[in-house]
Amino acid sequence: MKKISVPLDKETLEDLQAGDEVLISGTVYTMRDAAHKKIENIIKAGKKLPFDPENQVLYYCGPTPAKPGNVTGSCGPTTSSRMDIYTPLLLEKGVKGMIGKGERSVQVKDAIEKHKAVYFSAMGGMGAAYARNIIKSEIIAFPELGPEAIYKMEIEDFYAVVINDIHGNDFYVINKYN
Amino acid sequence: MRTISSSKISKAVEKLAMDCNYYLPHDVVKTLKSFALKEKNKKAKNALYKIIENHKIAKNGVYPLCQDTGICVVFVEFGTSARVDGDIYKAINEGVKSGYKKGYLRKSTADPLSRVNTGTNTPAIIHLELKPGEKIKISLMAKGAGAENKSKIKMLNPSDGEEGIMDFALRTVEKAGASACPPYVIGIGIGGNLETAPLLAKKALLRPVDDTNKNKKTAKLEKQILAEINTLGTGPMGFGGTTTAIGVKIETAPCHIASLPVAVNIQCHSARHKTITL
Repeated sequence: MKKISVPLDKETLEDLQAGDEVLISGTVYTMRDAAHKKIENIIKAGKKLPFDPENQVLYYCGPTPAKPGNVTGSCGPTTSSRMDIYTPLLLEKGVKGMIGKGERSVQVKDAIEKHKAVYFSAMGGMGAAYARNIIKSEIIAFPELGPEAIYKMEIEDFYAVVINDIHGNDFYVINKYN
Repeated sequence: MRTISSSKISKAVEKLAMDCNYYLPHDVVKTLKSFALKEKNKKAKNALYKIIENHKIAKNGVYPLCQDTGICVVFVEFGTSARVDGDIYKAINEGVKSGYKKGYLRKSTADPLSRVNTGTNTPAIIHLELKPGEKIKISLMAKGAGAENKSKIKMLNPSDGEEGIMDFALRTVEKAGASACPPYVIGIGIGGNLETAPLLAKKALLRPVDDTNKNKKTAKLEKQILAEINTLGTGPMGFGGTTTAIGVKIETAPCHIASLPVAVNIQCHSARHKTITL
């Protein structure tokens, strides 16, 4: 198990291999379908983004509402492939990591390799367990989207597995042939 | 004629919605445990135990099992000697609305075109069926989209037979890959027509995952398809291993002599449903 911090630095990116189990600590930004669409529109319009994407990690997640006194509600990953259409542009803008679940498109995998980024899978359907790894959570953009708003989250020892590394390896493909 | 008040229906649905999202059915937990014991792949085994741990955290009532608390699918078996003093659809939706509010559950229902969230997780998808008797049986399923999105229907030719059904089921599960939160429960509806096959597939998911089909031939087919699915190598979370599905449930209905409709409804490991009889 590797302990890593986010935002991701060059050294960490170079070290991570498809299949590695990691515990992630640091800052991530949640983004689902609707937030991706809005961010794409902002980039295309040349306007200022609600956060600087350079070296950042996106978490494909839309949490349940937090009960009073709690930092967050349940907050596991959503299916990544729905974001595939937006991902190459975000990688171009400096995003270096994504946490979600499930396979990515060929275009995304190529873009991950080209921009030297990493794609992690968290464990789907484990939102209750992941809530314990969120130490801070605040909405920083698009509150009108409800669960699809962008949350800035501080995470600690968040379990994930490296699926696509900077070397072009894909853990799901490796699994299939073993 | 027995009268059941709409408020009683709303209260029952409210409780079903909340319970579903915090408590994984006993049969699902039991089956996950037995697959965890058999699983040899280390990452896969670990993932199965983590799913069980997640259920233990959720049942404390603070965090729902999954952040996708689903769209509500409600099956009602309505006794012909029962009556409701009001609009049953409204009563069910009121129950869903208050259950999702009180239970701090995510509202995941939106207009299909504008994509504007309805804000209440309603309307629920309601299926009413008349049955003899004076009771009303309500089953609520909190169905996440990750698995629903990977489900499929195909109009096969009668000549495709069981082999064709098996092939379609396998290809559908293979294509779902890691995206739909394996290990899965697979509901398969065979027969009827374009609208009944998916409904049968969904209804099949209400069965306990560890039961045996009463029809011996169908039971055998369920077993065969499950064994084949578990050779795909997807495994829990797509991390590999032999636990891609923990159950296959088939329901059938007669169909046209020229048709063989088959629907495959994928259910994620968070197989959340609960039934109450009023």
